[in-house]
Formats: sequence, structure tokens, C-alpha cells
Amino acid sequence: MVGVLQYAKRRVDALRGNYETQRIHEDDLGTHFQLLLLVVAVVFPIAVALAVSTKQSGVVTSVVDLLPGGYAVENYREVLVDYQFGRFMWNSLAMSVVIVVGKLIISVFAAMAIVYYRVPYKDLVFLFILFTLLLPVPVRFIPLFQLMNDLGWSNTILAITVPYLASATTVFILRQHFLSIPTSIVETAKLDGVGPLKFMLFVLLPMSKGVLVGVSIIMFVYAWNQYLWPLIIIDSEANQVAQVGLQLLQGDVQGGQLSWSLVMAGSTLTLLPPLLLMIVFRKPLLETFSIQQK
Amino acid sequence: MTTVTLHNLRKEFDDVVAVNGIDLEIIDGEFLVIVGPSGCGKSTTLRLLAGLEDATDGEIVMDGRDVTAVEPKDRNVAMVFQNYALYPHMTGRRNITFGMKSSGDFTDEEIDRRVEEAAETLDIADLLDRKPQAMSGGERQRVALGRAIVRDPDAFLMDEPLSNLDAKLRIQMRAELAQLHTSLGTTTVYVTHDQTEAMTLGERVVVMNDGRIMQVDEPQTLYDFPANRFVAEFIGDPAMNMIPVDIENGTAVHDAFTIQLPNADGGVRNGVKEGGDASIRDGQRAVLGVRPEDLYMATDRPDTGDETLNATVNVTEPLGDSLLLHCSIGETPCKIQAKARSEIRPDDTVSIAYDPARLHLFDPESGDALYHSESYASSESAAAAADHG
Repeated sequence: MVGVLQYAKRRVDALRGNYETQRIHEDDLGTHFQLLLLVVAVVFPIAVALAVSTKQSGVVTSVVDLLPGGYAVENYREVLVDYQFGRFMWNSLAMSVVIVVGKLIISVFAAMAIVYYRVPYKDLVFLFILFTLLLPVPVRFIPLFQLMNDLGWSNTILAITVPYLASATTVFILRQHFLSIPTSIVETAKLDGVGPLKFMLFVLLPMSKGVLVGVSIIMFVYAWNQYLWPLIIIDSEANQVAQVGLQLLQGDVQGGQLSWSLVMAGSTLTLLPPLLLMIVFRKPLLETFSIQQK
Repeated sequence: MTTVTLHNLRKEFDDVVAVNGIDLEIIDGEFLVIVGPSGCGKSTTLRLLAGLEDATDGEIVMDGRDVTAVEPKDRNVAMVFQNYALYPHMTGRRNITFGMKSSGDFTDEEIDRRVEEAAETLDIADLLDRKPQAMSGGERQRVALGRAIVRDPDAFLMDEPLSNLDAKLRIQMRAELAQLHTSLGTTTVYVTHDQTEAMTLGERVVVMNDGRIMQVDEPQTLYDFPANRFVAEFIGDPAMNMIPVDIENGTAVHDAFTIQLPNADGGVRNGVKEGGDASIRDGQRAVLGVRPEDLYMATDRPDTGDETLNATVNVTEPLGDSLLLHCSIGETPCKIQAKARSEIRPDDTVSIAYDPARLHLFDPESGDALYHSESYASSESAAAAADHG
């Protein structure tokens, strides 16, 4: 495992442009073998899902059943068109984007206030924000449900986004990053008479691009995977999100037999957006995770 | 054109006193260097001037205007930081213009004109389209200087701007800074921990320690007439030797030697500029200060008189242009700067001559200077002549 960690470290360095650390080591072969094992362990269920999504019935009883079948196009068409899965995915996307953007805006302001302003009891306020980590959304379901109903928000996009907007994790990550920006840069701006909003837009945000993209990806995946809360608060099929939609695919079978191939096709589809984002933005993502080690 | 006056300026961080009631007058157009060991309050003083710290007590007056509580941006000062503080995502040009555009005091044409002028002065025209990442340390500091000068501020505040540069570049930039000051004539306050930088750059040098000003003088006066033991030991490299002695009949008596003090008959105060009642009395204890460069091998300088001291060499350090000897005179450690290539080995006993015009006495308790063997008056008239010039 040590080999894997070292290898990962070198990869991060290489991504950052420190190519001199990316040397070929003699023990790389063993490391690659370990990595291969890990990758197989992680990818196996997904590969099975992919294979099953191309079958007619999708029941796996032997190894031969794991070979790709010939019903791929039909299955995916059925899921997207007949079951309106495209609609669910669209709802999920809207929810995730609103959550990411809202979280970013609130967290940037909060972190900026915590780092750059002299507020009485600032540390206490920050501690309180961290304290909210102990009360995630699932713990607050019952009062939240009541609140949403009182506000008349149930069954709307507001109900599945607003409760997620405040994020202690994001505030914390941004705070750490802002603290790592040299104070002299902030002071130069102060001496030049650069106002707070201008400072944020033209100095702070451009200097935080990597971190902002990184946390956005994490938040997007988190939002995209929300299941329980949308299941509770959204009761019209038209407004439902993809994760809950999967269950609808599963429930719509006759004679108590599940059409696993449709469920797996849906699962594969829901997997795609986060996967794409992860692939495109892997560099800032790795950097965001590694800032904690500085 | 700005005169800055500090009255009893004080800054406390919780229970730490960083600046302990200092009074200072910064003359219009001068290059003032504040020097001292780390933690002496020099950077805090500069930050108080910039308005980046709020004074606990006292006041800062710029051109008759009390600016103690004025926002940094309304003081019209420009600061240059040790780490350059360039915005990493902006090109050189944008770094220079960003602050000007924000303040809204300048038209676009004027900004362009000033950037061109500054680029020419600092020779940074080819850096304007590059980002800081693609510049060397010296180039970055030049752009940072450009950013400071385009705004035509009332005063430049520089916080160890050369400390991040390598030794060679530092010396080059030092000369360029001096030249820049000559051509611009803007009041400059420069903070450094490096006494060589202070001596070479400063028209006047403020030596600080423990939040207090130890002495404010021209560099040569600091070196020749240190007001106290701290300044004597801080200015000059290697540091001044401090040898405990007793005063008897105008002579300094040590276990290993006796030195006649010139112009000291009758305990006359001589050469001490400040501290009016300081004097040397018969029978008192004192600390004799003499610089390593004012001690010679008696054989090298037969003209300095026949009074010599004997010292035992412990360690020799060849510095190239000279040979530094760590010796003991009696029990007292002492450094001597001998001629380069002298044939001296550890455990040799050497006969040492001294420059009688370069002796200093300090009070062993307070550290105040009691006596300098050269009369201050003679050099004061020279300094006055320089002031008029």
C-alpha cells in the first residue's frame, strides 16, 4: 500500500508540473499490480452493471451471463423515452447546479468574512459553522419537512436545493485556501484602495480558481447522489430526480420480477455526469484534496 | 513631498509591546532606514505608517495632517513587500495598473503614460506582458517597485524588499534603489534587518531594539559614535569587541593591559552626543569598546605608538581580504581583523596595537556611551557642512 500512496503522490506532483519527481522506479511493476487490483475491485460492479444493461432480462446466473448482450440500444431507449428517465436526469442536473452555485456564493462570502474581516467572536462563529457538520440534512428531515410544507415549497426545486445551500465543509476548505494567500497581497489591495467586492472578483476568485473548481466537483457529486430527501419531499413524477427515478424503473415490473437490465441502464446513465466532470476536472480536484497536506 | 512625524507612537499586540512609544521625524525627501534585529518593532512601525496596523497610542502626522486613524488608501503611501505581493494571475502591466484603476484618480491616458515612464525608469518594458510566474525574483521586485512609483505617492514604505533576492542581485538592486531615490526624491522609509543595507542605503538610519529607538543618525555617525552598547555591537561586522575595564586616572585598566584614554583627563565627557550627564569617573567600572578593524598586529603598524596588548589566538578565519582572529586578551574574548595572508596560527601569542582615536566606553549597566576618544565636535562640523551642501 505504501507503494500505491507514493505513486499517487508522484502523480499529483506530475499533474502540478513537477515533472522531475516523476521518475521511473524499479518497484513500479509491483505498484502497478497493486493498483490494478484496486481498480478491478472498484470497477467490477460497474462493469457488471454495464454488461447487464445490454441484456434482455438481465438475470445473471453464470459467468457467461456477464458477456455483453445485444439489447443495449433498446434498453437505453426504453429507459430514456418510455420511462422518461431523461426528465429525471434533467431535474437532477438542475438541482445539482443550483446547489453548487448557491453553495459557492454563500461559502465564498462566509469564508471571506471569516478570513479578512475583523468581526467580534469570529472564531466562535467559525466554530459554530463547523458544528453544523454534526447536523446533516438527514438528521433534520422532520423539521425540514414541516418547514417546506409551511413555506409551500414541497414538490418544487426550492425544496431540494435550499436546505443544502449552507456548507460547513466548503466554508472550511475555502477558509484554508484564503489563509494560504499571502497577507501582503491583501494589504497591497488595501493600500491601493481596492474595494472588497472588487478584491473578491478580481483578486480572490481568480487566485482560487483551482480550489473553487475542486470543491464544485465534490459538491456536484454530493448533490447528484441525493436520494432520501428528494424521495420524501418530491411526490410528483415530473419533478423527481434520477436517483429516485431508478427506483421507479425497478418498481414498474409485472409478476414481481425485476427488469434488472433497465435498472442497470438507468444506473449507468446516472453515473455518467459525475464521471465526466471527474475526468475533465481531475487536476483541480486532486489539488483541492491535497491542499490539506501543505 | 512629505514630512512625517511620529509622536510617542505605541503598538501593543495583546500583552506584547511591539512599538514602545517612539518619537521620530522623517524629513521631506530623505531615505530613512529602520534597522534592528527581528522582533524589534521595525516592521510594525512601518505598518503603522502605512495604516495596516492601528496605533495603540500616540500619533502619526504627515505634512501637518494627523493620519493616525486614516484608512491606508487615504494616506497616499505605496508599500513594497519582501515577497513582492504581485497578483499571480495578472500580467506585469495589469499588476501595475490594477490599484490605479481601482482608486479612480487617474484617466486611462495618464495611466498608460505613467506605466511607460515607470517601465523606462525601471527597465521593465519587456516584463509588462508577462505573469509573475515567468519572472525572476529581481524582475518581480522591479515590477513591484513599478507598481509603487506609478502612483506617485507621498512616501514609499519598503519592508525588507531585497531579503528574498540572492546576494549578488541584492547588491545590484541596492544600488538601483539608491539611484531611483536620487532621481525621484520621494520620502522613503526602508526597513531591513541587514546593517550593511542600512549603512549603504540610508541617509539617516534608525536603530531599533525592543520597540524603542536606540539611535537616529547618519550611517558614519552611527559607526563612529554609537550612543549605546546595542548600537555599537549591532552596527559593524564583525561586531565591536567589548572588554570590561576599570577607569583610573584617565586610563582603562584590564587584568592584561592598561590603555591611556586620549582627551579623558579629569573625566571630561568627550564625544558623547546625547545623554548630557554621562561621564567617566575615576574608579568606576566601564566597558571598553573597540572594533576588530581598529586593532592591528603591532608589526604591521609600527606608527600607532608603543602601547600594545598581548593576545592569544584561538581560531583564525581567512576572509579573503583580511584574516579574522578570535583571540583572548587575558580571559576576555576578542576579535581582530589582521592583514590577509598573515602567518598566524592558533595558540600563537600576538602583540596588538590599537587606533587611539577609535576607543569607546560604555556604562556596564545602562549600556549608554560614556566616552568616545575622538571628539564629536570635529566630525559634527563636517556633517553640518554636508547638510548645507
